[in-house]
Amino acid sequence: MLFALCALAGLLVVVTLFDLLYQLAGDATPAISRFGLGFLGHTTWKPGFNIEGAGALIYGTAVSSALALVLATPLGIAIGLYLSMVASPRVRATVGPLVEMLAAVPSIIYGFWGLVVLVPFVDHLEPGLHDALGFIPLFGAPSTIGISVLSAGIVLTVMILPIISALSRDLFLTVPEELKDGAAALGATRWEIIRGIVLPSTASGVGAAVVLGLGRALGEAIAVSFVIGDVNAIHLSVLQPGSTLAERIANQFQGALNNLHVAAMFYCGLILVVIGMLTSIAARAIASRFDVNRTLGGGVL
Amino acid sequence: MSIASRLVLGESGRFDPTAPLTPSGNLRRRTVVDRTVRVIATAAALAAVAMLVIVVYGVFVRGVSSLSLAFAFQTPQGLAGGGIFNYLVGTLEVVALGATIALPIGVLTGLYLTEFAGPRSRVAGSLKLALDVMQGLPTIVVGLFIYGLIVIPQHVQSGLAASIALAIVMVPLMARASQEVLLLVPNSLREAADALGVNRWRTVLTVILPSAVGGIATGAILAIARAAGETAPVLILDSIYNPNQTTFDIFHGVPTVPMLIFTSVELPIPEAVARAWGAALLLMLMILIANIGARVWLARTRAKMAR
Amino acid sequence: MTAGDRTGDGVPSDHGPPGRVRLRTESTPRSATPPSINGGGPEPTRAVVFDIRDMAVYYGQNCALADTSLKVYRNLVTAVIGPSGCGKSTFIRSLNRMNDAILGFRLEGRVLYHGHDLYGSGANRVEVRRRIGMVFQKPNPFPKSIYDNVAWAPRNLGMKHRLDERVEQALRQAALWEEVKDRLRDSALGLSGGQQQRLCIARAIAIEPDVLLLDEPASALDPVATASIEDLMHDLKHRFTIVIVTHNMQQAARVADRTAFFSLDITGPARFGTLIEYGDTETIFRGASDSRTRDYVAGRFG
Repeated sequence: MLFALCALAGLLVVVTLFDLLYQLAGDATPAISRFGLGFLGHTTWKPGFNIEGAGALIYGTAVSSALALVLATPLGIAIGLYLSMVASPRVRATVGPLVEMLAAVPSIIYGFWGLVVLVPFVDHLEPGLHDALGFIPLFGAPSTIGISVLSAGIVLTVMILPIISALSRDLFLTVPEELKDGAAALGATRWEIIRGIVLPSTASGVGAAVVLGLGRALGEAIAVSFVIGDVNAIHLSVLQPGSTLAERIANQFQGALNNLHVAAMFYCGLILVVIGMLTSIAARAIASRFDVNRTLGGGVL
Repeated sequence: MSIASRLVLGESGRFDPTAPLTPSGNLRRRTVVDRTVRVIATAAALAAVAMLVIVVYGVFVRGVSSLSLAFAFQTPQGLAGGGIFNYLVGTLEVVALGATIALPIGVLTGLYLTEFAGPRSRVAGSLKLALDVMQGLPTIVVGLFIYGLIVIPQHVQSGLAASIALAIVMVPLMARASQEVLLLVPNSLREAADALGVNRWRTVLTVILPSAVGGIATGAILAIARAAGETAPVLILDSIYNPNQTTFDIFHGVPTVPMLIFTSVELPIPEAVARAWGAALLLMLMILIANIGARVWLARTRAKMAR
Repeated sequence: MTAGDRTGDGVPSDHGPPGRVRLRTESTPRSATPPSINGGGPEPTRAVVFDIRDMAVYYGQNCALADTSLKVYRNLVTAVIGPSGCGKSTFIRSLNRMNDAILGFRLEGRVLYHGHDLYGSGANRVEVRRRIGMVFQKPNPFPKSIYDNVAWAPRNLGMKHRLDERVEQALRQAALWEEVKDRLRDSALGLSGGQQQRLCIARAIAIEPDVLLLDEPASALDPVATASIEDLMHDLKHRFTIVIVTHNMQQAARVADRTAFFSLDITGPARFGTLIEYGDTETIFRGASDSRTRDYVAGRFG
């Protein structure tokens, strides 16, 4: 009896996932039949003219998430190393939860804060960045108000930083004490132990953590919608505004002009689900080499 | 025995064992590298903590002036006056309903994984994968899914639809929390009950669940705190409501705190923006306090169970 | 002096509290030299590697080891025996500061290494461990290839010249070369327990330390592997000073020149490990002066 209930609950989870795919595909059908796979590459988004393409959105999603990964991966690993290899257990017990608290702050607050605090700051920063690094196309002409892909990347960095750092900390802590002792007894410095023993034996787990962070960044809608501008354009410069798949849905769903517009956003959602599922499965596949399931839980993460 | 004769392997790395224990050979350079790395790691951790402080402080200074008893217990007057009572009640309704749906499903799933599925079971493996995927779903997509499933057929946005979406957000979190806590229940308890000839389900209900209830509750609190701040699903499913009225009609639009913030931010009325900051501060405080409390409690429960 | 002297060889244990590092040279005059292990005759003065004075180790409030003074001599094998819980491991791990990372660890007294205070303000922990290598109870090869296990530490230390040769030498000295020479690139985790432990010894001697500390190196191994490690020690002591902790008395009798017997001090209310008797191995096993030592080596407790 209880077994049946439990099995039913499990079944419900699985069925929900399949139904989700089915439902999204169904609601996206008008857009799918009209634009086909060309939707993915087409960069025009003019709902008034019944022309929608997700090319610019996919580009913006990729660039903002890549930016966040580039910033959050080294930072997160460094924080994980600090918490597991440098800090004393007492400091670890204080600083660790503080870092994890970054994951508890809701995305709406990151968005609001990003718009009011971060964007003006980035606006100050951007001319300097452009002057210093303008020869790289990524840092081309800045926008005028700080609303930009860079701002989105920074907000996403803050949001995925706790995921990568908490998971990598937990992974580093699983490296057996005997191995670290063995290395220390050979006259190795802490950094040599990290580089020679800790990082190689946790590399795949850290990879999984980074992919999980990536999944979170790719799908973030609200926070990004506040700071990126929802401008349907492909700029090489991250100092210019842009748009992402998830953010577009958050910005335009309420005011959708027609059924095709809605269907196009369902199409975007379908793309997001496929990407999200792929990242979850990829993270699991990378992590399955050893048992990091325990550490991937983390409750708020 | 002379030192030189002991070194048969090569010239480099030679040291005089009787020399003082200060760094020899390349150790000075290696120590500099080591220190540098430690400084970088410490700076990164400080930066993360600083980020938290900057965000919390940024919200605090902008929102604290709005906070008052009236802010929490009055309904809004006009676009900018009064409090946010109806939004708080609405969030409570939507989140509580969602948790009511998610909790049994999450706990039962956790029970299935720990109590009924074998460790090598393929079914359990797929279920875990499904939970992983569900947890990794962008929440805006969950909103779209429920929109197609419920809002389109019913032709009306509703608090109920938002609750169901939030339940989908919470289920994997609650299942994972239950699973983790149930794994901590010592096998000797199960074996003792089995040895007495007690049914598995009776064992689960009378022995295993009671000893895990604390951990499950804290897991549930963390999941609820997460859902309370979710904006994307309510934006899709529950964005049409009467902004000045307290409602318990979950079959229609229910005002929620995240939607208040989302809609007030870009209003050209300073009082409305101030109210949004107040709401943001209140929401953030509640979520952070729930998190801290749950973590402290969880750590204690775990320590007790691990003993 | 008497061979079974409480403090090893008559050094009075009346040193004050640990103070500033007092540099001592190896030629510190000694009133007595350790007795010969080679069947009588006065032993030439051997250099003292460790001069341990009134060592006491605390973990937080708990005293793990107290009242221990002894000298370890160069190019001898010194065995540390005693019942479990008597502080043997704590003792040996304190000789290359492996306990430093343990929360609440505190050491009183002094550990002089070639006259330098191991715990003095000028002593660098990494340098200490570079000179004083350690092999642990459980074989702990790195999850790397056999070659990289041995080559890792020399690379760190900049001993990159003729590295292949160094690896081969270390593996030969650890009596492992013939077994692994054709699969140096294979993972070390594929080796048997005994081979893994010899790999750990090879890894330790590849950087040519001054001292090798062996913490029950054979306790996790089968008799054949144990025998090969014991054989190894006879060869290695010509190049290194060896301290070995063992719970196996026969092993101590077979490999050690000098033996220290540790036991629990149960005279007071607080129990802690302490050195009971230290001397020539033959004396400890044949004519110990302390009744507890005699009981232990006769197998009456422990």
